[in-house]
Amino acid sequence: MARPTDPNAASPASLPRGPAPGAGSRGSTPGGRSLTSTFAGYAVLVFFSLLFLYPFVIQIANSLKTEPDATANPLSPLPDPISFGGYERVFLGTDMPLWLGNSLLVTVIVTVGRVFLDSLAGYALARLRFRGRRALFSAVIAVMAVPGVVLFIPKFLVLNQFGLYDSYTALILPVLVDATGVFIMKQFFESIPVSVEEAARIDGAGVFRIFWSVVLPMARPALITLTIISFQGTWNEFPHTLVAVQSPDLFTLPRGLADLVTGSLGMGTRYPLKLGAAVLATIPVAIIFVIFQRYFIRGANEGAEKG
Amino acid sequence: MPDTTTRAVRRRFRPTAATREAVAGWLFVAPVVTILGLFLLVPILMALWVSLTDWNGQGSPFLAGVPYVGLRNYTRLFTEDNLARQDFMTSIRNNFYYVVIVVPVQTVLALGLALIVNGTRLRGRTFFRTAFFFPSVTSSVAMSVVFLFIFANSGAANHLLALLGVDGPQWFADPRGVLHLLLGRIGLVDPEAPPAALTGGGPFGLSWWEWLSGPSVAMATIIMLVIWTTSGTFMLMFLAALQDIPVALEEASMIDGAGRWQRLRHVTLPVLRPTLFLVLTLGLIATWQVFDQVYVMSQGNPAKTTLTPAYLSYQTAFRDFEYGTGTAISFVLFLIIVILALVQRRVMHGRADRPRLRRPAWTRRS
Repeated sequence: MARPTDPNAASPASLPRGPAPGAGSRGSTPGGRSLTSTFAGYAVLVFFSLLFLYPFVIQIANSLKTEPDATANPLSPLPDPISFGGYERVFLGTDMPLWLGNSLLVTVIVTVGRVFLDSLAGYALARLRFRGRRALFSAVIAVMAVPGVVLFIPKFLVLNQFGLYDSYTALILPVLVDATGVFIMKQFFESIPVSVEEAARIDGAGVFRIFWSVVLPMARPALITLTIISFQGTWNEFPHTLVAVQSPDLFTLPRGLADLVTGSLGMGTRYPLKLGAAVLATIPVAIIFVIFQRYFIRGANEGAEKG
Repeated sequence: MPDTTTRAVRRRFRPTAATREAVAGWLFVAPVVTILGLFLLVPILMALWVSLTDWNGQGSPFLAGVPYVGLRNYTRLFTEDNLARQDFMTSIRNNFYYVVIVVPVQTVLALGLALIVNGTRLRGRTFFRTAFFFPSVTSSVAMSVVFLFIFANSGAANHLLALLGVDGPQWFADPRGVLHLLLGRIGLVDPEAPPAALTGGGPFGLSWWEWLSGPSVAMATIIMLVIWTTSGTFMLMFLAALQDIPVALEEASMIDGAGRWQRLRHVTLPVLRPTLFLVLTLGLIATWQVFDQVYVMSQGNPAKTTLTPAYLSYQTAFRDFEYGTGTAISFVLFLIIVILALVQRRVMHGRADRPRLRRPAWTRRS
């Protein structure tokens, strides 16, 4: 399917100069690509961007259609007529306002918690000398390697045992720190020259003060990356809510949406409504993605380095 | 630490700088250590115990009345002929076919897209990168809802197929195995009346015919969704690695007269090998954990053909209240993932021992 590097694409007979060996001498374009292969590459890219983006077009367009229109013309990007009925029913007929509120609350607290606590631990692991530091770092790496699904039932067990099940605490506390964040921050702090801290130390600043007013301000890029991946991860989090809470008052948006779709609320097909709810679940992360794209990309690659 | 603290206590009002640093160190890591310990380490230990019992969710699993069954929750998944084993083996089969398709396809797609995006000097390079990556950051639940609509009976996919003159299937209601359908298409066997040799028996309570089903049509939709969502992340990893290739290396190979294909084989791919290994490993680990999409789109249906071990363990514990069996399934899944990751590491390391940048034939000419 994806054979972008198809060597045949580079040798059309019609071109005045074939793909002669010694391609470095060919033309002034770096890489020396022929027109046809440029075109072929372009065509592949356009095809795949349609494939990757059209589902979002379908999602948005159909959330704005009437029920019969969505059933009859699901492919069409243009609602005819435009109808906000789906959204109306999302807000009036479901607990959407509650879900949005819960999601926002949980996401903000978890993001702030992760950024602060992961930085603290990352700094200690990167800079402070104390017994057991190395073992702790190995433990952090080991924790990152534990597959999340294995923890569903165990997390429920511990929440149940401590009497925390079905509470905001259950939604928030277990995910308030994450090993990947600690790892990212540790890597970053190690890249900052020690001399800065030493100057502050000579001035008599305490450890926390150095961390808070000297090192942390320098860590802005890493902090933004961590904020963004925490926000995105928590906003989208689903399975944890399944094992942490059961009462509808505590549902976050993904949980409410899942409930809406799996039929326990008897919504039938009603696709404009469901797609409208899905749009609302997608928008916050989409906005942040557009603004902070390069931090998302950094985040994806930081995650990669841990392997 | 004991040494320094006692010394510090002795000089009570003047703790040494080293002591202060050590204390600060532990204070700094304390919240992370506490939370990870309480919600990761302790739960795993608790779950190990629960997997040895028949706890039904009532009260605490650590009270005296909870029946202890030893390793039975594990053995019944493998050796006893019962529904639990049947379901477990079915989920393993389903997830196996899922992994076998998703991992190679997403890896090749990610690599391919990264190569063209990287190679293109066209305008819009950032746009394409964004377009491919965006699905990766969205909510799995929301995207499952979108794909439910796309693959609905009169949904976008079937409308598109109708434009091409194809009568689309009822995706989510179709338990037929894709491999069965293919075998039927080439006339090897009749899916309606499979040969008795295959239906007669087979390992672990499923017949050979059932093992050979391939992913069901319903599972195919989840496969497409996941490939669509995750390829972008892996593309970024390849892209980052591609940008690390020194331009001099590429130019040298061009001057040496390497064609595009040769350059890919002998310059680019060897440099990408660590990334390739990483992408395959991450893919393998993630695909064995597929859960959200199954929960939202199919709940294991139709005919249990989208059941996966992760979903089965959830269902067994929280719907059937058999926490012991559910937990045992989790741990078996854990073991599968660990073993596969280790095997893959060994295989890839065996290969990586060879010199990474062999001088290919075309450079030896001169």
